[in-house]
Amino acid sequence: MSIPPENKKYTLTFWEKIFIPEIVKGLKLTLEQLLAKKDTRQYPEERWTPPPSFRGRPVLAVEENGVERCVACGLCSRVCPALAIEVQAAETELEKERYPERFEINMLRCIFCGFCEEVCPEEAIIMSNHYELAFSTREDAIFGKERLLMSVEELRPRLNYLHSQY
Amino acid sequence: MIGTEILIALIKTAIVFLVVLTTVAYLVLAERRISAAIQNRIGPNRVGPFGMLQPIVDVVKLLLKEDIVPTAATKPMHTLAPIISITVALSTFAVIPFGRSIELFGHRIDLVIAGDINIGVLYLLALTSIGVYGITMSGWSSNNKYSLLGGLRSAAQMISYELSMGLSVLAVILIAGTLELPKIVEYQAGWKWFIFLQPVGFITFLVASFAETNRAPFDLPEAEPELVGGYHTEYSSFKFALFFLAEYAAMITASAVITTLYLGGWQVPYLEALGLSQGWETLIQVGAFALKVVFLLFFFIWVRWSVPRFRYDQLMNLGWKVMLPLALANLVVTALVVLTV
Repeated sequence: MSIPPENKKYTLTFWEKIFIPEIVKGLKLTLEQLLAKKDTRQYPEERWTPPPSFRGRPVLAVEENGVERCVACGLCSRVCPALAIEVQAAETELEKERYPERFEINMLRCIFCGFCEEVCPEEAIIMSNHYELAFSTREDAIFGKERLLMSVEELRPRLNYLHSQY
Repeated sequence: MIGTEILIALIKTAIVFLVVLTTVAYLVLAERRISAAIQNRIGPNRVGPFGMLQPIVDVVKLLLKEDIVPTAATKPMHTLAPIISITVALSTFAVIPFGRSIELFGHRIDLVIAGDINIGVLYLLALTSIGVYGITMSGWSSNNKYSLLGGLRSAAQMISYELSMGLSVLAVILIAGTLELPKIVEYQAGWKWFIFLQPVGFITFLVASFAETNRAPFDLPEAEPELVGGYHTEYSSFKFALFFLAEYAAMITASAVITTLYLGGWQVPYLEALGLSQGWETLIQVGAFALKVVFLLFFFIWVRWSVPRFRYDQLMNLGWKVMLPLALANLVVTALVVLTV
C-alpha cells in the first residue's frame, strides 16, 4: 500500500492549455508509423510454413517403397475424442500382415488434438503441417485413404520433433 | 462573343467537375491506404495495382444496393438532403482560381470558372451556410432519434465554427483589400502568403475547416460508437454514396479554400526568375496548386488518425470560448496594423 500523494491542484501552463505541442507529438508518432515497415503478410503469395511442433491435418505415412505404415490396428479410431476416424482392416501378403482396406477421417469432426498420432504404435498416422483446408460440400470433407497418404520424407521434420520429445 | 464565353465556361466546369469527382473517389482510397499505413497494416491493394480500381468497384457496389427509405420518413426531404450536401460541396469550385490566365486559340482564358464575381469570398461563406441544411434535413427526415441528434449536433457545430471562419477570412480581406479570390491570390506574390502574415488566423481557419467538414477530431455527429451513423444512418445505395462523396468533396473544397486564402493559391515564389515560357509557367503553377491541396488533404487524413475525438461540449466550448475570441482579437490587431502601417 503506497501513501497517496497530497491533493495538489495542478494548473496547466499556457502551452499545455492550447494543447498544440501534444498534437504535434501525436502527429509525429503517426508519421513515424506511416513510414515504418508493415507487419502484414500478403497471403496467397506469401504463405506461412508452420514450425515442426505445429499440429496440422492428420496424414498416413508412406515408406519409400510405396507401402503405407498403417497396420489397421484401430487404436487411433478408438482414442479419437471426436470419433472422426473409421478403419476397416484386411489381410495382406506383406510382412506386416494387416493393412487398412478403408481408412476415413471426417475432417469436419477432427479437432486436431493429435491423440491418434500419440497412440499409434507404428508411427503411421502423423499430424502434418498442412493447414489450408477448405471444402465446398460436406461429402468433400470426408478424406479417404488416397487423400490421407503422405511420404515419410515430407514428414521428416515432424518425425524429428516427435523423436526429440519422447 | 457571348456564345464562345459560355462554351469556355462550360468546358472549364466540365473539366473541374471531372477532376474533383475523380479526386473524391481516389481520396477515399487514399484515406484507406494512409490510415492503414498509420495503423501498421496495408490498405486495399488487391483490386488493381495498389488498389487503384477500388474506388470504381466501391461506387458500383454502392449503386447496386437496395435503396431503403424508412416508412415514416419525409420522402422529399430525405431525397433532397444529400443532393444539397454534394451540390454545395461542388459549387464552391466556381470561384477558386487554379492558375493565372492563359492564351489559347487567341482567347484569353482565366483559369477560374467564375472568378470575376465581386463577392468571391462571401459566396464561399454563404455556400457553407447552406450546407448546414443538407445535414439538418437528413437528420430530421430520417425519423430516427440517433439521426436527429446527429443532425442537430452537426448543424450546431457547423454554425458555431462558421463564425470564427468568417472572422478569420475578414482579416485576410482587410489586408488584401478585395473580396475577389483571384485578386487575393495575386496579392500573395513572392513570400507574402497569408499564412505568414496571419498565423493566428490560419490556425483558427484551419480548425474551423475541420469542424465545418465534420472531420476528426470534430466528427462526433457521425462517430459510429456514438450515434450509429449519425445523420446518415437511414441512407443506403446512391443517397449514401452521395453523402459519403459529399464529405470528401467538402474536404477537397476546404483544402482548396485554405490553399487559396492562406497558402498563396497557385503562386510559386520567384518562378518569374526562371524565365520560362507562359505555358510552362502556368503548368507549374497549376501543379503547385494541386500539390498544396494534396498536402492539405494528407494533413486532414493524418490528423484524423492521430488526434482523439472531441466530446460535444468540449467542441462547443472550443468554438465559442476559444476560437471566436481568438478570431476577433486577430481581426482587431490586423485592423490596427493595417490602419497604422
